[in-house]
Amino acid sequence: MPSEASSRFGVARAFREAATSALLAFGLLLPLIGFNTVQNIHNELILETRWPLLAALVGIIAAGRLAYSLVITPWLDRRMSAPRRDRKFTGWVSHLTSWVTPLVLAFAIVYPALALWLAGSQGAVKWVDNFGVQILIYVMLGWGLNIVVGLAGLLDLGYVAFYAVGAYSYALLATTFGLSFWILLPIAGCLAAFWGILLGFPVLRLRGDYLAIVTLAFGEIIRLILINWVPVTNGYAGISGIPRPTLFGIPFNASDEGFAARFGLEFSPIYRILFLYYLILSLAFITAAMTVRLRRLPLGRAWEALREDEIACRSLGINTTNTKLTAFAMGAMFAGFAGSFFASRQGFISPESFTFMESAVIVAIVVLGGMGSLLGVAIAAVLMIGGTEIMRELDFLKMVFGSNFDPTQYRMLLFGFGMVLIMIWRPRGLIGTRHPSIQLHPGEPRTLFPRARNPALAAPLQAEPGA
Amino acid sequence: MNAVASQVRAEERPAPASAAPILRVDHLSMRFGGLVAVTDLSFTAARGDITALIGPNGAGKTTVFNCITGFYKPTEGRIALQSGDAQVWEDLEALTDRGTRTLQRGTGALFLLERMPDYLVTQKARVARTFQNIRLFPGMTVLENLLVAQHNVLMQASGFTVFGALGFPSYARAERAAVEKARYWLDRIGLIERADDPAAELPYGAQRRLEIARAMCTDPALLCLDEPAAGLNANESAELGNYLRAIRGEHTTSILLIEHDMSVVMGISDHIIVLDHGQKIADGTPEDIQSDAKVIAAYLGVEESEIPES
Repeated sequence: MPSEASSRFGVARAFREAATSALLAFGLLLPLIGFNTVQNIHNELILETRWPLLAALVGIIAAGRLAYSLVITPWLDRRMSAPRRDRKFTGWVSHLTSWVTPLVLAFAIVYPALALWLAGSQGAVKWVDNFGVQILIYVMLGWGLNIVVGLAGLLDLGYVAFYAVGAYSYALLATTFGLSFWILLPIAGCLAAFWGILLGFPVLRLRGDYLAIVTLAFGEIIRLILINWVPVTNGYAGISGIPRPTLFGIPFNASDEGFAARFGLEFSPIYRILFLYYLILSLAFITAAMTVRLRRLPLGRAWEALREDEIACRSLGINTTNTKLTAFAMGAMFAGFAGSFFASRQGFISPESFTFMESAVIVAIVVLGGMGSLLGVAIAAVLMIGGTEIMRELDFLKMVFGSNFDPTQYRMLLFGFGMVLIMIWRPRGLIGTRHPSIQLHPGEPRTLFPRARNPALAAPLQAEPGA
Repeated sequence: MNAVASQVRAEERPAPASAAPILRVDHLSMRFGGLVAVTDLSFTAARGDITALIGPNGAGKTTVFNCITGFYKPTEGRIALQSGDAQVWEDLEALTDRGTRTLQRGTGALFLLERMPDYLVTQKARVARTFQNIRLFPGMTVLENLLVAQHNVLMQASGFTVFGALGFPSYARAERAAVEKARYWLDRIGLIERADDPAAELPYGAQRRLEIARAMCTDPALLCLDEPAAGLNANESAELGNYLRAIRGEHTTSILLIEHDMSVVMGISDHIIVLDHGQKIADGTPEDIQSDAKVIAAYLGVEESEIPES
């Protein structure tokens, strides 16, 4: 019975390890938690002890360590030693992906109707605007960044800069020249693409970590310009009174010219919300359709080849400069579209909306979702952005933790935890498989295989050619 | 002295049908800071030949390759490649003095490779290369690897993405032709069944063959192979030799080869250049090289019994 012997040995070891952890925790927490200094009414500092709390924490740590050694480690070992079924799966997963996409799309289309039906006209505003529109903005940003990070393998940590360029382009041109949303949407996209190329030039030689640092700095530069160029951008105060988008000239307001009056409906803010929802849905859909299309074209294949091996690309006569710049420009353009939508939806923008945190969230969405996978990025956006919004709704937790408890403050903690778990169990993201862009034997079942780890995140240094 | 002598011998030997050189390297030097990798190297590779570049480790062979393919800018020297009408060689000095990259006369064209960036060396001068440590696109399928190699042709056919994105039939035709070409090469290297598998999942020998096929998909006039037999067993090496000979016979591709496996080199090369410490020590036919005292000394010491046999 060697297995039983080894497991008994394992149990003894697990208890030893738990005891060590408990001792360590006790040593560390004794001064931090065990002792507490308080001032009494005579303004004297007295030492209080908190033995029950200390004991509880040490107990939790010991129990956690015990559970890790006894339950989680053997389970992980079994998983590792089990035959790797997931290396190449043709069965149910490929079946799944073939009908999940239309299903998700159908759900996105009927979602507002569902919200209206379930929550009524008043309640639906929150569900469509805070959830639907907000999530779709990030889905679109994620898909845009997916071109740069997921396909071309260029880690861009300053993506929010292009979002800002789009938003400010729309805000400034609309408030100054009174141009309509539909004219400014492509202009904002083009301006963002222009800035994408402008950023692309100095960073052409960089890859991996170095590229990430420079793009991060670029994002901050744009934000600082927005803050400090007060005559144009109005600094911290931001730009307000940004015109709302119109349905081919019909505004969504309570006036006689407004949408509700024109169509003989009773005025309600829900019409504008619904319009915004379908607008961002179609913009996001355009982003996805473009990505799918480009992946099958030589440009898209060159992007993916660039991600896999830049030197090999050059040896095949691919102009890597142009290829990188088109990736930056294309990614930036979609951020510009999303930015101008954001500005017109909010009616007010300030540099506060374009901090590094936003870039980090978008990169997190792309990495969590699985770089290159449109469906994965969409799921990650729903989880991350929808998760934040859901936390605002968790009022019942106040009953448990007291009225001062604000669940949104634990958002980053939870996301950090989620990120760590994803990186342990699904290092390639939620959807870590890649569909070939073309197949020689299309009749055969679609084979999925794990995408190679993204070199953008793995290899900062470029090897010497041929060395 | 010996180098000059062996060059004379090389010129005396019965020339192949088109003995005009495709590649001419003159006084090539490459220094990295204080390190001299290649010193004053001159050689020619004849059109339609398999020319081998051999030498001990660290002799500067890969550096020469990187200079020819544009990955390095040589410190000094000229690398000229010719296509079409061989008459154009007469204009070499004129082109050098003019300071431009290319010269066209009639059907002939001359390219000064040291003046061109790496991707143009492949795109315009039609020089393709493989790498010592295989550089495939590991996450992409075998077929995709071969299509990426036809990027420039397809890019043009897709109207730089515009027509392709709009779904013009001209692009669909071009893509079908590209797939057919890929199918031809997959057939040649026996990987047609694995076309839709990721390149990283192929066995090592198949990856080597795929890398050569991928280079061939760029329609090269000169194919530079950096140790194609490295890591192959004797069987696979022999197969590779046949494969390279077949490429040379059926396509208008000349081959420049770096290789340590002497059975491959001696078996398929028409012409061998030996480097040691960045300098050319011998230049001639396989028979010349095998009996060259300097080569034997560089490789194995001086005893003749240790000459690498074919």
